[in-house]
Formats: sequence, C-alpha cells, structure tokens
Amino acid sequence: MSHALPRISTPSQSDTRPVVSVRGLVRNFGAVTVLDGLSLDLQPGSFTALLGRSGCGKSTLLRTLARLDPAPEGAVQLPDERAVVFQEPRLVPWMRVLRNVTLGLRHADAEARGLAALAEVGLSHRAHAWPLTLSGGEAQRAALARALVREPRLLLLDEPFAALDALTRLRMQALVETLWHAHAPAVLLVTHDVDEALLLADRAVMMANGRIAADIPIPLTRPRRHGDPGFIALRSRLLAELGVDEEHLAAREPQPVETRAAGANPAPGGFALPAGAAAAPSL
Amino acid sequence: MTAVTATRGTGRRSLPLPAGLRRCAVPLALLVLWQASVGLGWISTRSVPSPSQILSAFWELTVSGELAVHLLVSLARVSAGLAIGVSAGTVCALIAGLSRRGEDALDALLQMLRTLPHLALVPLFILWFGIGETPKIALVALGTAFPIYLNLFAGIRTVDAKVVEAVSTLGLTRWELIAQVILPGALPAFLTGLRYALGVAWLSLVVGEQINASSGIGYLAMTAREFLRTDVIIVALIVYAILGLLADLIVRVIERSTLVWRPAFIKE
Repeated sequence: MSHALPRISTPSQSDTRPVVSVRGLVRNFGAVTVLDGLSLDLQPGSFTALLGRSGCGKSTLLRTLARLDPAPEGAVQLPDERAVVFQEPRLVPWMRVLRNVTLGLRHADAEARGLAALAEVGLSHRAHAWPLTLSGGEAQRAALARALVREPRLLLLDEPFAALDALTRLRMQALVETLWHAHAPAVLLVTHDVDEALLLADRAVMMANGRIAADIPIPLTRPRRHGDPGFIALRSRLLAELGVDEEHLAAREPQPVETRAAGANPAPGGFALPAGAAAAPSL
Repeated sequence: MTAVTATRGTGRRSLPLPAGLRRCAVPLALLVLWQASVGLGWISTRSVPSPSQILSAFWELTVSGELAVHLLVSLARVSAGLAIGVSAGTVCALIAGLSRRGEDALDALLQMLRTLPHLALVPLFILWFGIGETPKIALVALGTAFPIYLNLFAGIRTVDAKVVEAVSTLGLTRWELIAQVILPGALPAFLTGLRYALGVAWLSLVVGEQINASSGIGYLAMTAREFLRTDVIIVALIVYAILGLLADLIVRVIERSTLVWRPAFIKE
C-alpha cells in the first residue's frame, strides 16, 4: 500500500473503502423478521436513497445505522462521525436554536461552528430564537444545522421532508443537495417519494421483506429536471420495482407541484422547475 | 388580560370605571354591607366582628409585634417542612424516575403511602416526636413530599421520548443528558407539584399549630378562641390567605423566569 502520487481529492473521497458496511443484518421483533440477512455498503460521499413500502424495514435499517436500536445480529461497520435528521425536527424546546445546534460539541469554538452551520442553512437570524417559535421549515433547517455541525461522514435522513409543505420541501431538498456538495458526507435518505430519490440520489436502494430487493444507480446529470427523458425512464423503473402501476397511479394521484408548473408553462421541452433552480432558494 | 376585559367592556356599553375597580365592586359592596349590618346591630359582634374591628385588631397585633413573632414562627415551620419534604420528594422522584430499579424499589411503596391522609398521622406524630417543633415540621414535610414526588416522577417519565432519542445521537454523556434535557423537561411538572405542595404545607401547618402549640399563627387563632376574640381569629385566617397567595405568586414568578421558552410566555 504505497501511494506514489500525492492525494488531490479530499481524504474522504480518496478512500475507496466503504464508509458503511453491513453484512448479514438480522433483526426480529418477536416472531416478525424485519431485517433478514441484509447487506449494504455505502461509499464515502455517495448519496443513496432508501426506498420501500411501509413496513419493509427501511426505518429499522436507518435506526440500526444510527445506533438507536440495540446491536443486532450481523456485522455493522460505521464511522464515528454520524448524524441523523428525523422527520420531525426534534429540537430541545428549552434551548435556543444555537444551543440546540452546538449540543454535545466538545470543541472550544463550538459556538462559532454552530453559527457557521446556521448561516449555511440560512438561519443565522434565528440563532437565539426559541425552537417553538420557528416555522416547520425553519425548525427542520435547524435540525439540519445540528447534524451538519458535527461534520458527519455519514448523514442519515429519515424522511426529513415528509412533514413539510410542497414549496418548503423543494427548498429543503435543494438545500440538502447544496450541503451534500459542500461537505460530501455519505448520505442515506429514507423516503417514500420516488421523485425525491431521483432528484437527489446517485443510487436507489429498494428494500422488500427485510432485504435489498434492487440496487439501481441513478446516473443523471445535475441539476436534474422532472421532465428529462432519463428522469422519466428511471421513475417508471423505480415505481415498477415498488410494484406501483404507473398508469393507475397517474389517474388517481395529483401530479407533483413542479410537474404541474411545467404543464402550465408553454416553453418547449417542458420547462420544469429544475432541482438547480430550487438550489438557490430565497432563504 | 385587563386590556382585553376593558375592550370587551367598552364594546358593550361604556362604563366609566376602570376594569380593576369593577372587579372589586362586589367584594367592596359586601364589605360595606357587612360593616353596616354589624353597626346597625343586625349581626352580633360575638359571632362576627365588623371589618373595622378586624382592621383595628390587625393594627394592634402588628404594633405590639405579636403578629410578626407568630408569623416568623409559622414561616420557619413551613420553610423547614417544605425544605425537607421537597428534598425528599425530589430525591425519591429522581431515583424512581431515572432508573427502572429505583422505580421498582420506591414507586409501589410511595403510591401506597400517598393514599394515606397525612393529617391522620397527627396522634402518631405526637407520640413519636412529642409536642415541640418536630411533629409540626414533620407533618408539613410528609404532606409536601408526595405532590413533589408524583409530579416530578410523571414529569421525568413524560419528557418527549423523540427529543431524547434525537439528543442521544449527539454524543452527550448520560449525566449531561439528564442535567440538560431530562430534568429541564420535567421542570414544568415539578413546579406544578410545588404549587400543590405549598397548598398542602399551609394546610398541614394550620392543623399542626392547633395542637399543642405555644406560638405561630395557628396558636394565635386558638388562644383567641378562648377569649372569644373572633376578630383575632379572622386576622389569623386573613394572614393564612395572604401567605397562600404569596406562595402562589412566588411559584408564578419562578415559572415565568424558568419556562420562558414556552409559547405562552414568549413575547416576540
């Protein structure tokens, strides 16, 4: 193992060993097997979406990777630098936003780091606010800052946009993408939303019956657009993997906001609101 | 709050009186009626003294320094009893609230004991502790320990589990987690317990001071009975009421300063 060439990229990217390595993970709740010999590797700096129906075990996998559940059967290798963002912001209500962000930090300059993280998520002006005075989007951005300030090598996102309104969700998705570009943690995003996975992730992992049912790369260029042919093709494939009949779905479910906007726009080529456009939100 | 009442009042029909005065109107009218009916001889001063008599008795007791002496004695008893009761209740709640083994050891016992009306222990306390200060303080301590225990225990156990889970991923030690998240989260419940405890404390004191006491507000009332001084008895009652109100006010002030993060207290 001798490297003659100097390392150009950041250490986390030059290291080709997976940042997360899971082998033969088994977890039972009584008689029910939730994780059934699951194996998964995550590369440093990769963005992986974890999809699956309710009850397929994806939340259990995330909780295992966050070490929130007791150690299961099987081998799990994790980096020490982990951070989790949940569906709810889960801020401590009696600590101001900045204190929430710096909670547990051992650095002497914790406060400066916290302020920097809040600036990155566009929440500097709320640093000294009480969490219960924040809007849903602001609170979730504070939660993101709390995760970011720990400089995680693994960022676990448990449906972090599910409880937000459509417009706030778009901004948050763009923010997460920006932060991922800037800090390059390995991200595991648990989501129900195929479009969200296609907007953000490089890889979609589908879970079913406690195992990885499909592992699909998403080689789309960024910024991504809902109307792109590659996007549409992958969307069909992911939905098919989830066992969703797309035509049936289109008849029943309302279109996502951004596709509706595209439909109303007469510009040729279906000028959908691209992920890149949302990447510069008016925070 | 007064502003709201005032706006509502002017909305209906304009009354020239300020809101605070209007709220006092009925009690004041009753006082005047009371004074008049005693003055006109409708009510015997033996059973009910007039407000002016009470006021002069109050003045007498204050000037002679008697009231202050008894008040200090009572306050000392309540403070000592509260300090012991609140400490014991808090320690038990922390032990039972923070560990499963502690709960197994303490909770069943304390839940059984709390069903006992603690004032019924007076005869036993006299036999155990004699007739000095100890039984009175013990009565206050016993009465106040339970509301503190019950509320703080429940408060510790009902701290938002999701928040605790999220914080547990942030690398705090167990003690940091307890000190910074769990205990502050249980504080509102503790203060509720403290309010109850203060009420129980005065009640215990009233009972305790009427048995074998040689000083204190309760003693003042009991000796006044022997001399048919209804005015002094009522002065003692008023002092109890004022002390109760003051105690409640103190808890309110503590709540206001420690629970600033709650939406009800936030002014932005």
